[in-house]
Amino acid sequence: MQLTLWTYEAPPHVGAMRVAAALEGVHYVLHAPQGDTYADLLFTMIERSAKRPPVSYTTFMARDLGGDTTELFATTLRDTYERFRPQAMLVGATCTAELLQDDPAGLAQSLGLPVPVIPLELSAYQRKENWGAAETLYRLVRAFAGPHAPPPGTRREARAADQPPRCNILGPCSLGFRHRDDVHEVTGLLHRLGVEVNVVAPLGASPADLARLGEADFNIVLYPEIAYQAAQWLERTFGQPTTKTVPIGIGATRAFVTEVAQLAGVDAAPLLDETLSRLPWYARSVDSTYLTGKRVFVFGDATHAIAAARIAADELGFDVVGLGTYSREFARELRAAAAQYGIEPLIADDYLEIEAKVAELHPELVLGTQMERHIAKRLGIPSAVISAPVHVQDFPARYSPQMGFEGANVIFDTFVHPLMMGLEEHLLTMFREDFEFRKQAAAPGDAAVNGTPAPTPPEVDAPPPLQATNPIQAPSWATEAEQELHKIPFFVRGRARRNTERFAQERGVSVITVETLYDAKAYFSR
Amino acid sequence: MSRGNGLAGPDLDCAGVAPSSARGQHASFCGLAGIVWLHRKIQDAFFLVIGSRTCAHLLQSAAGVMIFAEPRFATAVIEARDLAGLADIDAEIDQAVARVIERRPDIRLLFLVGSCPSEVIRVDLALAAERLSRLFAPRVRVLSYSGSGIDTTFTQGEDACLASLVPSLPAEAPDAESSLLVVGTLAEIVEDQFRRLFTELGVEHVRFFPPRGASDLPAVGARTKFLLAQPFLTETARALQARGAARLAAPFPLGVEGTTAWASAAAQAFAVDPQRLRSVLAARTERAQEALARHRERLAGKRIFFFPDSQLEIPIARFLARELAMEIVEVGTPYLNRHHLARELALLPPQTPVIEGQDLERGLDRCRAARPDLTVCGLGLANPLEAEGLTTKWSIELLFTPIQGFEQAADLAQLFARPLLRKARLAA
Repeated sequence: MQLTLWTYEAPPHVGAMRVAAALEGVHYVLHAPQGDTYADLLFTMIERSAKRPPVSYTTFMARDLGGDTTELFATTLRDTYERFRPQAMLVGATCTAELLQDDPAGLAQSLGLPVPVIPLELSAYQRKENWGAAETLYRLVRAFAGPHAPPPGTRREARAADQPPRCNILGPCSLGFRHRDDVHEVTGLLHRLGVEVNVVAPLGASPADLARLGEADFNIVLYPEIAYQAAQWLERTFGQPTTKTVPIGIGATRAFVTEVAQLAGVDAAPLLDETLSRLPWYARSVDSTYLTGKRVFVFGDATHAIAAARIAADELGFDVVGLGTYSREFARELRAAAAQYGIEPLIADDYLEIEAKVAELHPELVLGTQMERHIAKRLGIPSAVISAPVHVQDFPARYSPQMGFEGANVIFDTFVHPLMMGLEEHLLTMFREDFEFRKQAAAPGDAAVNGTPAPTPPEVDAPPPLQATNPIQAPSWATEAEQELHKIPFFVRGRARRNTERFAQERGVSVITVETLYDAKAYFSR
Repeated sequence: MSRGNGLAGPDLDCAGVAPSSARGQHASFCGLAGIVWLHRKIQDAFFLVIGSRTCAHLLQSAAGVMIFAEPRFATAVIEARDLAGLADIDAEIDQAVARVIERRPDIRLLFLVGSCPSEVIRVDLALAAERLSRLFAPRVRVLSYSGSGIDTTFTQGEDACLASLVPSLPAEAPDAESSLLVVGTLAEIVEDQFRRLFTELGVEHVRFFPPRGASDLPAVGARTKFLLAQPFLTETARALQARGAARLAAPFPLGVEGTTAWASAAAQAFAVDPQRLRSVLAARTERAQEALARHRERLAGKRIFFFPDSQLEIPIARFLARELAMEIVEVGTPYLNRHHLARELALLPPQTPVIEGQDLERGLDRCRAARPDLTVCGLGLANPLEAEGLTTKWSIELLFTPIQGFEQAADLAQLFARPLLRKARLAA
């Protein structure tokens, strides 16, 4: 058993729902107890979908368990087909129904419905949301593109000279982090390169579209967590090469353009020669000097976390002090990225472990999911959201991609604004210390000074402290050291206090003197 | 429309309303959702669900914005190795509980909450609770109940939780005077209002259940009379009756009429002078009715349809029909306790269609055909119905907003008036 406060990923059947909801003409019948219908609200409330997800549930109850739950499944499947008349159906079980072993796949087959029925076995007790989405997409792609596969070993014919190059875009789906906008942005890039989009899947694709996947020259995988498995199969089956670069950030977008141009046999230079993003110039603008060496902690799905770390380090001049992901399937890629920054990778889906890591690393900026946003809020650290799990805020009304050149602009604002707001907070506090303001005001994180109440720092509305500090073990301050600390500009005072205490604690110093303070300063200066 | 005093006698005639039942797909939370408000109410309690990743995700999705606080609930997620018998489930539960108690030294009461998978694989949580209670006594009491979707719908989770707590209530002292117990989670502000009301009526010993803290459990016994503040507490009422307490039959304290009848039932049971009752209620009812009048203008004659969800549907429909002159198209309720709701059913307009249980698709067909002015439904249906041009009110808000009592009658009306007002305001 794993003790879980908050989860990064939903169960795997929710991943399957995300794929079903992204497609057209596909309906998913789930053998599930009534509570499992909660998942509908993810689509209607978080994504503000105007349609219910195309999912029906058997909603069995205790009294059905004594009777015939297989009959209930069969009836639900038949009724659902009659009512919605989909072009294809997915069938499967959620965690509880998996235990009943009613065999939805076999039951569906025996009903002889006049449309293809694809059974999903998602191992609810081992697997999670992204795996469920990837498996579902893979099963669908095999089911519909499979019949059009050439005999094994057939060499792919060269594209006719008068045909524009064509690709598929794989991975975007419902409840994805900015997927809709990314598709728009990437399609724009492809258009400028003269590459046509054959099929986008699953977002907006019908079973007939999936059947045409083999017609493209190559595949673009935007979200490996969802589409890698399907793309691998397409590569093996149709000889379609797959892109490796995910175009998040300037460097990655340029590499992506180059990679696509190569696969398509077109010239990337005209597009690369244009200045299409403000990020490089804004990062070089003198007002960005203060961003230099900002310590940043990055956590998210592997794709977004690796991309954010690269942007932070190479495009904004931050120090990446922590990098992690909850996507165990992509742990290898993340480890490789962490090695580049000389840091320990964090592969975990235990929220408490990640919280402890953030507290330990004292970053100045947290780039993470909604969970890390809360961790950062509690610890009083500026933060920005870079990855799913999604929240209603991750579906902004405005155009807001992460990918391509416009995505880089969005990301500059996303990463830098929280730091600017942090600076503004400091300036406000600085003016508050002017004689026009109340004298007793103290800086955030410096509540103990003079024994007077501090203004409410951001972390005060948080619940009891976690691993961040432990007042019992904290060393005490000699009077002179405390006075010296007070001479340090308030906006670094909180950090100076924390660093000195940490320094003293690690060395078993129980009383902090002026000497300890300057020893710590020398130790931490960089 | 007649405005009864709601004080009808016990032998009610509910022939006017004949509930029917439906079976099909449900669209409702399971009982685990109750944890979201119960953990806010009992402030030193922790809820540990023994369940799957789905349970954890459901709680997180239902809790929504409460993610800001470190929650006093968690899920011990059953994994493949637990099912394969590679891990000792009891040992795993013990370990999870120990970790929770270590992390949260402020916890005094811990509920092991059963889920669909724990029920299906028959994890004996009652036994685990006994074992852990002995282990952590006297600091932490460990209890268990089921919030599983195969046993409970949405608010039934609160019922199961409170029922599990009843055996822990201390026994009344032998010389105890008659006391009044108000049963069902209420917002603190509502509790305080009711406390003042009963004090003014001269009812001296008034306690609330669930309490705000685990050390504050009310005593119960033969001289305890209890009033249900919520219509979904079947098992809790049965458990209290088994401890000798007597249920005071009353409509529920929603709206002026409901609250009047509810408070009057207590007044009658405690032999409060009718003159005193009238004078204590007069200012409150007058103020509440004045506040309601503003909403009546917008709501009167409007047609409303209830999808089954919170089990609050029947008392709220009664309030909207009788005090705000709305027309009830259909009242769905996931579960109906005909005994506890007898007085409510009697107050509904004759022939009101009341349907127990759910067949979602057929319900949607009826709703679309009726084109009501307002549809009360769960979060999964609200936006899709809005997109079809129907105006909706989400039912979960009825559990998170203080709606009981005189002072909240207008707030309750406003929850229904606001979507209509909003629709009227939006030009584009």
